[in-house]
Amino acid sequence: MKILVCISKTPDTTAKIAFTDNNRKFVTEGVQWILNPYDEWYALVRAIEIKEKDPSTALHLIMVGGADCDAVIRKALALGGDEAIRVNAEPRDSFYVASQIANVAKGAGYDLIFTGKETIDFNGASVGGMIAGLLELPFISLAARFDLSGNEATLIREIEGGEETVSVKLPLVIGCQKGMAEQRIPNMKGIMGARSKPLKVVEPVAAESFTEIVSFELPPVKKGVKLVPADNPEELVRLLHEEAKLI
Amino acid sequence: MSVLIFIDHSEGKIKKTSLEAICYGAALAKQTGVPAEGILLGTVSEDLGSLGKYGIQKIHTVSQESLNQLDAEQYIRIISTVAGTCGATIIVLSHTNTGRAISPGLSVRLKAGLVTGATALPETSAGFLVKKNVFSGKAFCTVSIKTDTKIISLNPNVFPVKTGEGSAEIIAENIPVGPPVVTIKSVSKATGEILLTEAEIVVSGGRGMKGPENWGPIEELAKLLHAATACSRPVADAGWRPHNEHVGQTGIAIAPNLYIAIGISGAIQHLAGVNRSKVIVVINKDPEAPFFKSADYGIVGDAFEILPKLISAVKKLKGVA
Ligand SMILES: Cc1cc2nc3c(=O)[nH]c(=O)nc-3n(C[C@H](O)[C@H](O)[C@H](O)COP(=O)(O)OP(=O)(O)OC[C@H]3O[C@@H](n4cnc5c(N)ncnc54)[C@H](O)[C@@H]3O)c2cc1C
Ligand SMILES: Nc1ncnc2c1ncn2[C@@H]1O[C@H](COP(=O)(O)O)[C@@H](O)[C@H]1O
Repeated sequence: MKILVCISKTPDTTAKIAFTDNNRKFVTEGVQWILNPYDEWYALVRAIEIKEKDPSTALHLIMVGGADCDAVIRKALALGGDEAIRVNAEPRDSFYVASQIANVAKGAGYDLIFTGKETIDFNGASVGGMIAGLLELPFISLAARFDLSGNEATLIREIEGGEETVSVKLPLVIGCQKGMAEQRIPNMKGIMGARSKPLKVVEPVAAESFTEIVSFELPPVKKGVKLVPADNPEELVRLLHEEAKLI
Repeated sequence: MSVLIFIDHSEGKIKKTSLEAICYGAALAKQTGVPAEGILLGTVSEDLGSLGKYGIQKIHTVSQESLNQLDAEQYIRIISTVAGTCGATIIVLSHTNTGRAISPGLSVRLKAGLVTGATALPETSAGFLVKKNVFSGKAFCTVSIKTDTKIISLNPNVFPVKTGEGSAEIIAENIPVGPPVVTIKSVSKATGEILLTEAEIVVSGGRGMKGPENWGPIEELAKLLHAATACSRPVADAGWRPHNEHVGQTGIAIAPNLYIAIGISGAIQHLAGVNRSKVIVVINKDPEAPFFKSADYGIVGDAFEILPKLISAVKKLKGVA
């Protein structure tokens, strides 16, 4: 079994979101970078579980990004995985990133490619499906459970208002979300071991980008809360009915 | 040239999110001076021609029963084919679970730039600029699509459904449907319930509700308001509520017209999933709870005392005994 896990870095979930340069750039000063939670908790941990069950599994991590990603990649390696590949390029857009990953994966014989459901900064929910499209593999998005029996995977995927159990032959690309695995904390052994694991840096191939971020904006600030006395919820109902006209 | 809108359905009925997508696509077609066409895969019990009242001129159909369930590979192939024959330069779908499954693949196949989670009509006077939600609801960004063909997936509940006049011409497409690559073994779906992602009102409970046995009033309030129910992450993690109710940064992101948060502190990761709600009501016994900073209306007090009174006030308003 050969597995590729696509990981990305995002600002810590409590990071202050601010923009500079005429709202064209995200302010990175003081921002702590973390592994995208969907990639870490669900995609990577599930892949590690597969390797734990079958130690002959080769588990590779891949990130498209500059040298500033290496610290986060080491953190991922501290959780598990044999080696990491960093494609040395700024992620220009989803298609560009997917093209880089597909290029590395092409002909490399991966049985499973795990991605997160989406990044929590760009919220693209695109890279996984695009890798699948480029490699002409099936893509299961919003997977909440994954089981393997021989060459066949059984997955639970979320559909609106419920879930579906599906089966599909390997190889495939999976978008992982809650339910796939449980969050893990790296232990000392993992952290020490991560230092000596290979982190291969490869140069990008020429690839198109289809889109470009032009500017950012923050949502309008709230006017402030209108408080209603606790002994008078009727007043809240009146306000929602007459003022907000929502009920 | 045309705008092609993917029309999704469930249990024979067109989804509300698809009606939003149709209205969005029709508005975009008008803005760019081209016709709006739809594509519907599978079978529905509704009269499709009447969808013309949302501003759509033609609907391409492939009425195969097997397409009633998501089959991403076939969907992508068929939509691409129809997009080719009707010369679609813009494809619109909803950023729903189905949309997530097919839009990236369509983007690759059509070499079309994709923006997921659009929150407004594009700016088309110079270039093609789409506003989308980023940083999990904490900001927006404007993305320029540079390719000739463009794909937009629209966030649920951001574009109003407006009805006008007209009827749509139905074009049955003769496109062969291959066997599915992904076999659907079983489906479990709550029927008749209001979907969290589609709901206009959401009533949500947090750890302040103390335990699963106390959810009766939340469910009752939700029912009275025709609302969906949601919860914070620790509530789902503890198994008090099903996982599909978990909203926030690592759960579902929603944007209802009204979000009522009861016994939820308003942690930044929770807000990330709900801060696009148009109006937020917070009920919390702690006046310092961070959620009040993001709220429009609030009550500082004990949920267990407030809820019964709130429920009877809503009953009175709705004329229910
Ligand atoms: C990476 C990461 C991702 C996360 N993702 C999510 C996410 O997606 N969604 C999410 O919700 N959280 C998420 N969290 C967790 C988040 O940080 C908070 O811990 C969580 O939202 C708190 O849930 P809560 O408000 O229900 O509970 P608490 O923080 O315990 O708050 C309970 C609230 O109830 C009030 N209360 C208590 N008793 C009563 C009463 N009788 N009447 C009225 N009010 C009462 C209290 O004053 C308090 O404000 C994430 C955390 C991390 C680190
Ligand atoms: N720069 C990147 N390098 C490697 N994988 C990525 C990168 N960006 C996104 N991904 C993967 O694609 C998934 C979806 O990302 P997105 O389409 O940006 O929401 C993420 O959860 C990752 O698994």
